[in-house]
Amino acid sequence: MLSILADASSSMFFPPERSTFAGDVDRLFDFIYYLSAFFFVAIVAVMVYFVLRYHRRKGHVETPSASHNEVLEITWSVIPSILVGFIFFYGFTKYLDMREAPENAYEIQVIAKQWSWQFIYPNGADSDELHIPVGQPVRFVLQSSDVLHSFYVPAFRIKMDCVPQRYTSTWVIANETTGEGIEKDAHEPYDLFCAEYCGKDHSRMLAKVYVHEQSDFDLWLEGAANYLEGIPPEEGGEKAFKKKGCTQCHSVEGDNSAKYAGPALNGQWGTERNVIPRGASSPEAVVMDENYIRESVREPNAKVVVGRKPVMPVFTPQLLKDNEINAIIAYLKSLK
Amino acid sequence: MATITPDTQIDIGHNDDPSSNYLTSSRGFLSWAFTLDHKRIGVMYLVGIFSSFFLGGIMALLLRLHLFMPNGLFPEWLVNNDTYNQLFTLHGAIMTFLFIIPSVPAALGNFVLPLMVGAKDVAFPRMNLASFHLWVLGGIFFLIALVTTRLDTGWTFYTPYSIQTSTNVIAATIGAFILGFSSIFTGLNFIVTVNTMRPPGMTWFKMPLFMWATYATAIIQILATPVLGITLLLLMAERILQIGIFNPALGGDPILFQHFFWFYSHPAVYIMILPAMGIISELMSVYSRKPIFGYTFIAYSSIAIALLGFLVWGHHMFVSGQSPMTAVIFSGLTFSVSIPSAIKVFNWLATMYKGNINLATPMCYALSFIFLFSIGGLTGLFLGALATDIHLHDTYFVVAHFHYVMMGGTVIAFVGGLYHWWPKMFGVMYNEMFGRLFCLVVFIGFNLTFLPQFIMGSRGMPRRYATYVPEYQIFHQLSTIGAIVLGLGMVGAVTVLIVSLFKGRKAPANPWGAATLEWTCTSPPPYYNFEHAPAVGSPYDFSDLKYDPQVGGFVKDPEAANKPKTDSHH
Repeated sequence: MLSILADASSSMFFPPERSTFAGDVDRLFDFIYYLSAFFFVAIVAVMVYFVLRYHRRKGHVETPSASHNEVLEITWSVIPSILVGFIFFYGFTKYLDMREAPENAYEIQVIAKQWSWQFIYPNGADSDELHIPVGQPVRFVLQSSDVLHSFYVPAFRIKMDCVPQRYTSTWVIANETTGEGIEKDAHEPYDLFCAEYCGKDHSRMLAKVYVHEQSDFDLWLEGAANYLEGIPPEEGGEKAFKKKGCTQCHSVEGDNSAKYAGPALNGQWGTERNVIPRGASSPEAVVMDENYIRESVREPNAKVVVGRKPVMPVFTPQLLKDNEINAIIAYLKSLK
Repeated sequence: MATITPDTQIDIGHNDDPSSNYLTSSRGFLSWAFTLDHKRIGVMYLVGIFSSFFLGGIMALLLRLHLFMPNGLFPEWLVNNDTYNQLFTLHGAIMTFLFIIPSVPAALGNFVLPLMVGAKDVAFPRMNLASFHLWVLGGIFFLIALVTTRLDTGWTFYTPYSIQTSTNVIAATIGAFILGFSSIFTGLNFIVTVNTMRPPGMTWFKMPLFMWATYATAIIQILATPVLGITLLLLMAERILQIGIFNPALGGDPILFQHFFWFYSHPAVYIMILPAMGIISELMSVYSRKPIFGYTFIAYSSIAIALLGFLVWGHHMFVSGQSPMTAVIFSGLTFSVSIPSAIKVFNWLATMYKGNINLATPMCYALSFIFLFSIGGLTGLFLGALATDIHLHDTYFVVAHFHYVMMGGTVIAFVGGLYHWWPKMFGVMYNEMFGRLFCLVVFIGFNLTFLPQFIMGSRGMPRRYATYVPEYQIFHQLSTIGAIVLGLGMVGAVTVLIVSLFKGRKAPANPWGAATLEWTCTSPPPYYNFEHAPAVGSPYDFSDLKYDPQVGGFVKDPEAANKPKTDSHH
């Protein structure tokens, strides 16, 4: 605790201020804090004084006094009213600044799902950790693919719920980089939390925020968009398979138990499997080939393997590009 | 319209033995389970809500112990993320629906209110009994949820998660739905009792403030609770029939659920805190031996809180994506509720001025209440202000804030009130020294539990987390240690009361020198409450009450009654 207090970049009550809003929010917080502390100390002091002065002891009796005093009572109604009016005013003017992003803001799509974050950048790159340039307005367009989540970066003092079937947004200007270069080890990233309870792994739905110099950011962004380039397709496919969360539901080690929601995918290439086509009642056999994989990714419920529930999410071209599907196909072919 | 009078009630199990009281007038399980006596119903509620409090408290301790380590103190097979989520859900649901909402109105209010108006019972004794039976039934549904597939939605049942989860949402919502009726019955009874059964001479502005507070509470209970009932029915329909009211996948709106839910649940906060404020008004006056300062302001502030409390629900949704204009309006309205609450605190303080302050256990709880409730109220300012709320929303700052209001406020006032009326309820005096000692332990434990939560919350620790990043560990550990101390204090406070049942000396009619009517009958009260209809005086005029060492309590001083009054209530 002492080490926290000694950390000069943060106060006892706050993480470091890392956005242009943070200073305003913290100043309002401090104002309310000192005002509250004043009233609290005054209330407790009066209470303690009265208890000491008027407590029951031998020979002490109560003394008659006025049972009401309108001037006094109106005073102590009006003064707090004015003070809270002040707090309200500052609270909402700063808030309006935080809601309206500038027109030239750099836009990042944020997709929240149980239980991970996905960030999609204007050039089509995507990542499970957030990377943004420093000193630039960045607007986040928030979506959820299942239940309510909430996008919260304490260092920026921003928070906004992600509501399924609806877009919400928030924005920020980060005022300091988290480190230099694009290597993660050189950074001290900020925490990004999910703040709206969303089921089992709500508390593990964390991500990190990296703030780069513009030139580093551009470099990172290019690498992120072309992560399949320059490596063999099977290797790229494995990366895509992990990056898109396929491993959460599909074993590649032959585990077909209920621990995995979907069937195991290794050693299956070119074999027949029993599926129930959408709308049909009896199963039919299909071969696991390129077309079946592509269809299963784009329209997971078209042909569900017998004994499995239709729970796989739809991967739109935005979420999973064609070249990524090709790489994944190469990867699945290679699995024994 | 026919007025309901106490005489119209049916005499069941009445015993003519003058030494008998409501506890001994008839015996056996059935004489309690089907009693129409408001006092017995109050006592049964007391047993019921304390059982719930114990259950919810055990869950709270398990939660806090688990949070001692960032990845959980207990091994996976004992408490994993799923069990943690179920624990905090049931802790919240049980504490809210089964304990704190009925605590003051249904347990203490039931016992005290008819005595305060000098009546033999509430206006509708059968409805009163039904309210208790419904409470038991609602509690059974919660237990069904607990022992079957449990519940993991959070006590707020937010959609669409509550539509998708495989846990027993239906049992829990049926339970909450039934408890809603229980709450409405209590409220209805109080409104009619206060309106029709006040004795001659007890005008509105001569009512004890506890009655004002429970009356204001009853208005909220009747107006807000049906909204919760309908919302929960819609939620059940949504889960069973998939009709797309709240589920966005079917074209519904999850934010609509939040509006419906908080339209009840924010006023419900005032169902919890208003009667607690009523208790504090009584305690501050009686134990300072001073008329309550600014009676009219306190009375009106109760009504103001009840009415304004309906207009602020949107402040739970500042980051839900509602329009900025909506947020600004709700923020402004939210601050309006803070003023009547502040007025009450100032009035309570002024009541002590030039008094003769008796630091008996109930007064210790009342002083503790003022300390804790002030923190709870002032920290509400940070959450009502939009810019700071964005950062603090859904963090531990909120958890600490509402525990200071709900527990530091309502529960502390409830325990203080229980100590105050205990001699009347059971006819025994408890051990003052232990009473005060455990009040202190509760106070220390409480602050140690929740003060660190303000700090970790403002540093960004989100709520409802089974695991967390290590930088918050120190605050969690302090909080957990505090929770253990608080738990011990609470167990001690209850033990003092239970021990008094067996070892306490017999209580006089009026041990504290209070001037409200419930202290004019014997302790415990006779089956019919009063031998003769009591004479109504000012509820806060203590000048003619004198301590009689032989009785061990206060009696009317015939000399003082003849003296000219230097201090009148108005």
